[in-house]
Amino acid sequence: MSGGGLRREPPASPAAGLLRAAIPWALLAAVTLVALASGKYSVSLHDIALVIAAKLTGSASGLPQNVETVVWNVRLPRVACGLFVGASLAAAGAVYQGLFRNPLVSPDILGVSAGSSLGAVLGIFLSLPVLAIQGLAFVGGLASVALVYTIGAAVRRHDPVLVLALAGIAIGALLGACISLVKVLADPYNQLPAITFWLLGSLASVTQGDFLSVLPAMIVGLIPIVLLRWRLNLMTLDDQEARALGIETTRMRLVLIASATLMTAAAVSISGIIGWIGLLVPHVARAFAGPNFSRLLPVTLLLGAGYLVGVDTLARGIAQVEVPLGILTAAIGAPFFIWLLVTARQGWQ
Amino acid sequence: MTLSAVDLSFGYGSTPLGSGLTLSIEQGEVLCLLGPNGCGKTTLFKTLLGLIPSLGGRLELDGRPVASFSRVEFARRVGYVPQASAGYFPFEVLDVVLMGRASRIGTFAAPSRADHAIAMGMLDTLGIAHLAARSFSAISGGERQLALVARALAQEPSMLVMDEPTASLDFGNQARVLERIGALAASGLTIVLSTHDPGHAFACADKVALMKNGAIVATGAPETVLTAEALGALYGVDVAVSWLEQARHHVAVPVLRTSRARQAPSG
Repeated sequence: MSGGGLRREPPASPAAGLLRAAIPWALLAAVTLVALASGKYSVSLHDIALVIAAKLTGSASGLPQNVETVVWNVRLPRVACGLFVGASLAAAGAVYQGLFRNPLVSPDILGVSAGSSLGAVLGIFLSLPVLAIQGLAFVGGLASVALVYTIGAAVRRHDPVLVLALAGIAIGALLGACISLVKVLADPYNQLPAITFWLLGSLASVTQGDFLSVLPAMIVGLIPIVLLRWRLNLMTLDDQEARALGIETTRMRLVLIASATLMTAAAVSISGIIGWIGLLVPHVARAFAGPNFSRLLPVTLLLGAGYLVGVDTLARGIAQVEVPLGILTAAIGAPFFIWLLVTARQGWQ
Repeated sequence: MTLSAVDLSFGYGSTPLGSGLTLSIEQGEVLCLLGPNGCGKTTLFKTLLGLIPSLGGRLELDGRPVASFSRVEFARRVGYVPQASAGYFPFEVLDVVLMGRASRIGTFAAPSRADHAIAMGMLDTLGIAHLAARSFSAISGGERQLALVARALAQEPSMLVMDEPTASLDFGNQARVLERIGALAASGLTIVLSTHDPGHAFACADKVALMKNGAIVATGAPETVLTAEALGALYGVDVAVSWLEQARHHVAVPVLRTSRARQAPSG
């Protein structure tokens, strides 16, 4: 993509428009195939297709058992998780940036990441099983956003959006302090590395079961956002302006926050904290598709999915040990973000 | 469509900015509200629109309390043109106007072809159809104001409430916006607007209301209410009001004490 390609101009013809719409799909497909095919154990795309077809139809693939295991139990869940976690974080980021009328907002603005982190860190500290750690992370994320929202709803004298953002910052700081406290108390040889690793995010240990257990929450969160995507445009206006146009903003905000939080908490509970996706991807999508959520949301979902799967493929390929995702998303995202700031004309003001 | 306020108290929080305010806007009328900065015009408008709760008194749209309308019901009847729209994201002008269709389409729907046609029609009515694909944040202040009027018109309301539609516009754009307001009024729309220029009230209003410290101090036809004395008292400066034959309406200008004395041009 050149700088010129990021500037959105109306497509010259229907064919050009179609081509434009096809680019994110093509990128996603390419990244997904590369991700499935790459890894320490070399498997051809043909064999991968055979395994998937065999598993879906219930017939025998005729391939060695370890090939089947690598494809079906290791790589496929990991790539699927990457797709959905990336799409969820990116979509939640786009929703929050719209709701808070600020392109610098990320999904953790209302404390969902801080709440999830505290839940997970407590779980690790108490040496709970993995499933319980994930459950605590999920509940922690939801609970902290519910708390922030309740505080926001109780304060009536200021702009509701501003109050929410400020309450989110305050609660986030409080939760951050609790996380630090647990880290200080944790066993520095076993628990602390696990905590640190969790806080940097990884898809290394996800299983089919993990994926299937959070998939419903992600989908339930995504449905209202997809259905309300055009109305999200009006939520970027000042509150009173949106209400004058016929939007019940309080109800709308509640639905959108609940949906975005559900998606984020579900994603974070299996992947840990992966920063930057929710901030960066909506920017790129906006530069590509413009600010109208009807077009922005699909592009955001596709690019988010592709970006995380791509980064995860790098994470397991570039070094002997797995590189935590949070490190890579920031290391790739931050320079790219600066490049965008310098080159892109449209997307935000 | 009539909007009536009786003994209305309004303001933010618990301390009223104004109270005992009585005002009615009749079907097809153009009402112009004049008053010094900070007298409560915008707050009154937001109260009339049900955007902030009234603190007392009666406020009714067609005999029904404004507070009992859902936002959708109200938006189908009354369109609001704010002084400015912040434009945090660079939507295309057509996208902005389409937002006016929100009260006319289903909650989960996006604007249809018909909605696009209506939005384009409104842009056309206001003479800015050529801006449809431009970014709202990249057009001029006057064009933005017209786009916001188009958005309000896309609601297909019977009444339009405009908060200082000519504020921050240059001389030419003020005239263009006033012309459009006149054309809209001629098409039967009820219009409430506020302005800082009494000349604008003379040019487009059927009725004016003077507002000071949260109270309406006079209402009536522009020619009877907008006298030099009343305007002088309202703004605290000397005012001269005079019929201008070329414009076919009155104009009002402040009489400055420091103004350099000039002779009337001879010949």
